[in-house]
Amino acid sequence: MDGLVTKPDLLTIAGRAYNSRLIIGTGKYRSYAENAAALEASGAEIVTVAVRRVNLSDPSKERLTDHIDPKKVTFLPNTAGCYTGEEAVRTLRLAREAGDWKLVKLEVLADQKTLYPDMEETLRAAKLLIGEGFEVMVYCSDDPVYARKLEDAGCVAIMPLGSLIGSGLGVQNPVNIRLIVEQARVPVIVDAGVGTASDAAMAMELGVDGVLMNTAIAEAKDPVRMAGAMKHAVIAGREAYLAGRMPKKRYADPSSPLGGLI
Amino acid sequence: MRLTVNGEVREAPERATLAAFLASLGLENTKVAVERNLEIAPRSLWSAITLEDGDRLEIVQFVGGG
Repeated sequence: MDGLVTKPDLLTIAGRAYNSRLIIGTGKYRSYAENAAALEASGAEIVTVAVRRVNLSDPSKERLTDHIDPKKVTFLPNTAGCYTGEEAVRTLRLAREAGDWKLVKLEVLADQKTLYPDMEETLRAAKLLIGEGFEVMVYCSDDPVYARKLEDAGCVAIMPLGSLIGSGLGVQNPVNIRLIVEQARVPVIVDAGVGTASDAAMAMELGVDGVLMNTAIAEAKDPVRMAGAMKHAVIAGREAYLAGRMPKKRYADPSSPLGGLI
Repeated sequence: MRLTVNGEVREAPERATLAAFLASLGLENTKVAVERNLEIAPRSLWSAITLEDGDRLEIVQFVGGG
């Protein structure tokens, strides 16, 4: 980690430890090859993936798994595009069959314009999945009350949005994210909304355990370079949080000594 | 017999096994998951499952996503 970190500062989710606090998506890239190069540059150890129908007319089309090896990187199947708990459960049962993984990302959306999570349905789906033995990382609103309910239901990570999916508007409600961090006993990961490196660093400075992003990297002019930027931003934000920032002051405070002036 | 596969109507020989049908699609060795009439059809049972007329199959795989 560029010699910045002296002792390991691991992210532990459902008993498994990761060096990287950055999770990246695998959607919207120009090609799977570019996606794989961005993954390498990001240092991420977990990628989100979607479950979709095989193209029957062209089954030989290149596959995600031809470029990103699920043995080397943790695949985190998502329920993107699901609007009910039943759809989400059905999707993740298929994901478990395809990959034999229990760790999943639950997202149950309310409408297509905002892709805002339907929290009532999300909580219901989380309980269904946990009852079936899944380890649920949950995309949620930045409502601290629902965050607590999801944690109490047994979710292994709480993943509040910074702002709307794909918007690149950064963390719009840092006060709520901070409240969620303070109460949580499981990792809190800002999911959605990060647009550029400073957004990721700012999220990490709030004390969250990680950041999940897709569009900020995939839709950058140079995705591989942005992936590297995000890697450093997450490390910088984390280190700044651990270091403890100086207090803010309303007036200047000289850095050079006042004594000994000529 | 007629099956509905990923929303498309497909023909298959009578009493075809799921394994044989997937092989006819070129999918027998790929990392796919199959649902038959809303129930997961585990890979270990593909050669033991005999398809029936009207079966609805979903065959899915991992793709890029956020």
